[in-house]
Amino acid sequence: MQNFPWLTALVVTPALGALLVWLVRPLHRFARPVAVVWSLAVLAGTVGAIVAYCGADGDVRLTEQVAWIPQFGISYALGVTGTGLAMILLATLLVPLVLLAAWKEQPTMGRSARYAALVLVCESFMVAAFAARDIVLFYVVFEAMLIPVYFLIGSFGGERRKAAALKFLLYSLAGGLVMLAGVIALWAAGPRGPDAFLIDQAALVGLSPTAERLIFLSFFVAFAIKAPMFPVHTWLPDAAQAARPGTSVLLVGVLDKVGTFGMITLCLPLFPNAAQWAAPVITVLAVVSILWGAVLALAQTDILRMIAYTSVSHFGFIVLGIFAFTQTAEAGAAFYMINHGLATGALFLLAGMLIQRRSTHRIDQMGPGLQRTTPLLAGTFLVVGLAAIALPGMSTFVSEFMVIVGTFQALPAAAIVATVGVILAALYILIAYQRIFTGPPREDLADVPDLSARELWAVGPLIAALLVLGFYPAPAVDVTSDDAAVTVAAVTSPSGDPAAVAPSPSEGSAP
Amino acid sequence: MIAPAVAWSMIAPIVIVLGAGVVSVLVEAFVPAKARRIVQLMLAVTAIAGAGIWAMVLAVSRAGTGESAFAGHLLIDPLALFVQVAVAASALVAVFVIADRTADGEDAFTPQAAAAPGSAAEDKARAAGLVQTEVFPLVLFATGGMLAFPAAGDLLTMFVALEVVSLPLYLLTGLARRRRLLSQEASFKYFILGAFASAFFLFGTAWVYGAAGTVNFTDLIYEVTGGDPRLDPLLYAGLAMVVVGLAFKVGAAPFHMWTPDVYQGAPTPVTGFMAACTKIAAFGALVRIVYTVVAPLQWDIGPALWTVTILTMIVGTTVALTQTDVVRMLAYSAIAHAGFVLTGVVSFSSLGISGALFYLFTYGLTTVGAFGVVTLVRARDAQGNIGGEARTLERWRGLGRTSPVLASAMTLFVLAFAGIPLTGGFVGKFAVFAAAFGADAAPLAIVGIACSAVAAFAYVRLIVAMFFAEPTELSAVGVKTEGLTGVAIAISAIATVVLGVWPTPVLDFADKAALLLP
Repeated sequence: MQNFPWLTALVVTPALGALLVWLVRPLHRFARPVAVVWSLAVLAGTVGAIVAYCGADGDVRLTEQVAWIPQFGISYALGVTGTGLAMILLATLLVPLVLLAAWKEQPTMGRSARYAALVLVCESFMVAAFAARDIVLFYVVFEAMLIPVYFLIGSFGGERRKAAALKFLLYSLAGGLVMLAGVIALWAAGPRGPDAFLIDQAALVGLSPTAERLIFLSFFVAFAIKAPMFPVHTWLPDAAQAARPGTSVLLVGVLDKVGTFGMITLCLPLFPNAAQWAAPVITVLAVVSILWGAVLALAQTDILRMIAYTSVSHFGFIVLGIFAFTQTAEAGAAFYMINHGLATGALFLLAGMLIQRRSTHRIDQMGPGLQRTTPLLAGTFLVVGLAAIALPGMSTFVSEFMVIVGTFQALPAAAIVATVGVILAALYILIAYQRIFTGPPREDLADVPDLSARELWAVGPLIAALLVLGFYPAPAVDVTSDDAAVTVAAVTSPSGDPAAVAPSPSEGSAP
Repeated sequence: MIAPAVAWSMIAPIVIVLGAGVVSVLVEAFVPAKARRIVQLMLAVTAIAGAGIWAMVLAVSRAGTGESAFAGHLLIDPLALFVQVAVAASALVAVFVIADRTADGEDAFTPQAAAAPGSAAEDKARAAGLVQTEVFPLVLFATGGMLAFPAAGDLLTMFVALEVVSLPLYLLTGLARRRRLLSQEASFKYFILGAFASAFFLFGTAWVYGAAGTVNFTDLIYEVTGGDPRLDPLLYAGLAMVVVGLAFKVGAAPFHMWTPDVYQGAPTPVTGFMAACTKIAAFGALVRIVYTVVAPLQWDIGPALWTVTILTMIVGTTVALTQTDVVRMLAYSAIAHAGFVLTGVVSFSSLGISGALFYLFTYGLTTVGAFGVVTLVRARDAQGNIGGEARTLERWRGLGRTSPVLASAMTLFVLAFAGIPLTGGFVGKFAVFAAAFGADAAPLAIVGIACSAVAAFAYVRLIVAMFFAEPTELSAVGVKTEGLTGVAIAISAIATVVLGVWPTPVLDFADKAALLLP
């Protein structure tokens, strides 16, 4: 199994599953179980990839490379860093859970099959995005995945889904096209060889300062829209409100991470000087995102919009960590990406279950007093909510702490102001919990069913992961720290010399 | 006078198609009416496919030689061969759409073009079930002209080819089965404006001859670079007029005015043929002139070409946004695409040529497919009778429910037009914008990318109507046909995806075509 193309297999398998579920009509009746089993097989494949990863060496492992469009220096190149593989694990873990949670959402078998097929297509693109080692391949996936998400929001969402899907698509397309200009400019400025777009090749191109800054900005704008950051975040609340909660799980939990992941794997290594040049402004925007997202989350009456705004706040933390350029903050940001996927994913799923039971999105109309009739739902919501606000004992605490401490080393002021976001976070989650669950039992809510076994299985694994990584974060922190060392070294000593890109001995916890 | 040596094998693609056109006329005269359509169809398909394959074989076997056939009047070099293959591929698919009939035997053409619209003669012809199979020879002649157009070695041959392309198209435009008046108006408009453009071309040719004493491209290069400087204004003005004539044919702003009206009035299968093949052939000719004769003058004519390119992209995309008629929307998007191709042409580099050529190849196939879908989306009256094409965006609502396969195919085509990755449209855009960036024409590429973003909105409106809106009573339905259009749409869809996922062979071919220009 030494040379087995794990990553290609992980990219192709979900797409094949999607075709199977979508095109084979007799299978439509069994679309849901087939899709769940298929995605579990993909998850098993990810575990296999992790085993293979552990048996290999290097910063980027499990690499595959084939010339794709040599005329333009485009290769089909895959490979993962520890962070990338962790994100793939997150994606492949969330997909079966989303499918499980969406079991009863669709009225007809045909629609269920289409929903499952689109989710599986998304899975393919997500894996490819986190594994791409070629800039254009990354870009292709980055853009192409808009289409299945667009249909997931537009075809399956609630009211106002059309407008939300359109807003999502236009924002993302605009960002993507700005990035395309940068991608092409990067190629034009470099030596244009047959593998010019490999990330490792492109990092060696000596750009003039102006060109580097412009190209950096074009990439960053695309990623900031994707992530989403203030002031280009406005599509996310609309999309999350209109989409199925399962779609939102994928959208916020994984797809948006492609933006922050792109900042780590593309923006920093390719444009180290420009990244440092832009860091002050980006840090300010990140802090504004943290506070603005938190304040707006407090003001929301729609539970899905509230979660979306909390995510804007959390993405602010991630970006803050990325652009602090210390190993602790960098590692914390990468770990944060995983934890946020787990916590927000679970929160969206629980919100979906609440909405299904109470037929409303409004926080003030769901309760109060639901805790007495649905103790399991209330309990899981509280645990996940506390994870979202980074309570100690939860993995989110570790990552948020790392980001703040790491940022404090470099930019104390930013870290201090960002801490206010932590306090606001406690407010918005606890107020929501209070409005929905606390209070005396109500007659009219007596027959609201508690979580079923299927629903427990959908959120259980996420809660377990949050707790396990909270008490024993070492494996994840080790992996992200190693990558962070490489990234930070690339930014702080940008000589373009690969030899310089070794873990810096001065700080961090290299194994 | 010695008869010129004719390299028959080199000009075989042109000869095959034009010859088939002549035979096709004879078929009209001598084959019984019942068998005519099938014979014509077989003849057209065989001829166009044969020409395409022959051109491809020539390109593979003689790669590296740019030979003149017919004493320099025709240049069969890799550029000409690439354009011929591209034209043949799109024309072949277009012929399927043109030949198709609905289940009750109704094609897209009027039973008797000579009858005045709404007259008793027309009703009689319809009742008698006449079929205007003259469409096939007209298509063959036009295709033959398109094959000769990019291969022309001098301005006069190019003019003849231009006319051979245009005259059959003027006629074909007026043959629509429904909305006869609109169709005839479009035909007339196309004829008048087309004649105007031809006059520009011819007049420009005369000036060039007056200044340089030759119309042969190879000789003109010397005149342009080292001729008598006192005659330069005459030469430049003449060349500019020639370029204007071609800009008309490719539909570049501000010479694009005919496009929406003609696309709307012509029978939709003809529109598809015209939008794809004419554009490819005319761009082939434009590339030849721009790169052989105009290239030394790029500093003089460059600014004008830049203006045209930017204007074309902006006009095409912004006006496409406001259209409510699907065909007019596609017409304006065709203008925008002409602008994108021009971005490659104007960058004055071999990358620019190969990018433009690849763009044309994939755009042609996608366009034929898109118009093929339009031919199948029909209005339905209260009794459920299938009528003419339903072209307003309103009527496309809910098509994703009623005809999911057609709607999915159309979605793929418009995504390709929008340049979404994994379609040929993306690779094409990447190629032309990369050429522009690589040749210090970054502003063109940036305008192009901005226009792509705007154009996406126009395309997305169609997707929204098809998939996210409920069907209404007025909604169109997909019509059952004999299946040829289905074949054409399938070929286009497969080509669109394959060119997006594995474009290397075609890009290689385009690179060869680009390198051999002087």
